[in-house]
Amino acid sequence: MTTLTVAQPRPQTAPRPVPWHRMVWVTWRQHRPTMVTIPTVLGALAIFLWIMGLRIHHDWSTLIGCHPFQSNACQALNSSFNNTDWSIGNTLDILMNLGPALLGAFAGGPLLARELETGTFRYAWTQGIGRRRWTVAKLVLIGVLVAGAAAAFSALFSWFFQPFLVQQPFMTPLANGVFGNRPVTYAAWTLLVFTVGACAGMLIRRIVPAILVTLGVYTGLQLLTRLVLFKSYPVSLVTSNPSVVGVSSTLSSSASAASGTSNLPWTLSTWYTTRGGTPASQSLINKVLALEPQNGQQPKYTVAQALAHYHVTEWWRYIPVSRFWPMQFIEGGWVLVLSILIAVATVWLVRHRAA
Amino acid sequence: MNLSIIETAGLGKRYGHSWALRDCTLDIPAGHLTALVGPNGAGKTTLMNMLVGLATPTAGTATLLGPETPGSSAALDGIAFVAQDSPVYKNLSVADMLHLTRNLNRTFDMGNARARLAGLKIPLKKKSGKLSGGQQAQLALTLALARRPQLLILDEPLAALDPLARQDFLSSVMTAMADDGVSVVLSSHALAELERVADYLVVLAEGEMRLAGVVEDLLAQHRILTGPSAEADVYTKRLSPVQVKRAGAQTHLLVRSDGPIGADWESAPVSLEELTLAYLRAPATRAIDKEAA
Repeated sequence: MTTLTVAQPRPQTAPRPVPWHRMVWVTWRQHRPTMVTIPTVLGALAIFLWIMGLRIHHDWSTLIGCHPFQSNACQALNSSFNNTDWSIGNTLDILMNLGPALLGAFAGGPLLARELETGTFRYAWTQGIGRRRWTVAKLVLIGVLVAGAAAAFSALFSWFFQPFLVQQPFMTPLANGVFGNRPVTYAAWTLLVFTVGACAGMLIRRIVPAILVTLGVYTGLQLLTRLVLFKSYPVSLVTSNPSVVGVSSTLSSSASAASGTSNLPWTLSTWYTTRGGTPASQSLINKVLALEPQNGQQPKYTVAQALAHYHVTEWWRYIPVSRFWPMQFIEGGWVLVLSILIAVATVWLVRHRAA
Repeated sequence: MNLSIIETAGLGKRYGHSWALRDCTLDIPAGHLTALVGPNGAGKTTLMNMLVGLATPTAGTATLLGPETPGSSAALDGIAFVAQDSPVYKNLSVADMLHLTRNLNRTFDMGNARARLAGLKIPLKKKSGKLSGGQQAQLALTLALARRPQLLILDEPLAALDPLARQDFLSSVMTAMADDGVSVVLSSHALAELERVADYLVVLAEGEMRLAGVVEDLLAQHRILTGPSAEADVYTKRLSPVQVKRAGAQTHLLVRSDGPIGADWESAPVSLEELTLAYLRAPATRAIDKEAA
């Protein structure tokens, strides 16, 4: 029997695969609700953001054009900008942080979980096109859509938010909650959540738990990144010059620098050394810091004077604002690589763990 | 017809610690309507999932359409599978399901599919989810047949259908076999409705294969011997019957043998249903093997 089987003519041992472009229609038809809803909702939000942005930019240009700045009229404008406009800007900035999670989880979570939950995977994954092409095409098409939409929306948001980076003290492009809302990282994180969602859907096989797990994973990764990884990107510098990190050398270090620029770097850590370059002991540091102002009273000495007196140098590790774009690409890069790895793992799971 | 449409050797699938199917060796020639019969949990779906590439075997090998590996593009291309409950995208219209399936396959006979649906009075504009169970099964069958497969695998296609819809469904399958020469494998937990159409039988129970062969041959090889219970033990030893039924002084033995029998014994042909039930009820061969060893 075996010999007969082998002797059979094999007219089409390797049939030409079903072309990739067919998946465009398939993906569009199957995911029309997602592919229509995301641009529609983001488009509507973009119009709102644009209108608000015009207002804020108008208020901002009126404010910086106001002379003399100490006049009552100008102070009223300043107060209005710092209160009304800033509360809008701050609220939207916080809401923006939810974008990658919501976009990614709701586009990615159901992608495979719906097929598994309803049993249609038995139809979809036994068609001639094969599971690999089917999965790769869907991940790429919808992934590009959500990441692209996220990038465009966050570009608009960056324009909207620009005045606050100049106006608000200590608000730098590197600040938590600001850095992640810029296009490169925003798009990358959205893509990551999307692929995590697809993978979770494949593993859990149910839509709602997959979405919840995805949101949990995103929260964990965000915390890890903001609290730990962000500080270890290889872009930080070290200085002992207080003015570089926005610490006034004439006033106490805890007072507001109020420099009014967005060029404040992001300070990661600070430490003290003695004259020989060895780390200062804690008791020595305490002595120095004891000279700092207490309970809001005027200090007798400035910090600089105190440091000089004890021959102690204060050092800062910081990230200058000029490193903003390298930072964006470092974070965008690793997040993108992780997304691709998870997408590859998802395709592998679809091929090997279907039933 | 020497081509093996399905050939398996020692095929098995284990989920966790329990085997859903083990040691399944089959060689089904092309051109048959194969009935895969067994109670729920016998391993029918597991076997089908491995054949269509949805599940990877834990043990053994399987080839389809001659040399093809399950799940390979050549195999996917030549096989159409309709899973249990005929899954279709409920939010897509019938017309969309046609386009979807056409886009997902190299071959799709749109004209034929439309004509079949028109013949069945299934409206193209209707959402698939709004169709009746019978119509949904017919839609799934239409989509599968339009791919012009060499092998059609249907998992419990009749379970959800009323008797009339079953009749219609089976006649559609038979027509496709006659017209296009499609080989069909059809699973069911009830043999009754397949008895008239199936010409190849595979009986599965408790994750193992009990019987496989061309129906005609199986019926010819088996017979029921009826004779005095006093002599039954001799025959039981010699012929190792599939089933022994004692009814007072008389004993019925279902045997796979054409050996000589005593004058007191009568031999009668067996029906397909009796045969199937006997093999389903027979103790697991694995247990017998163990005892023998």
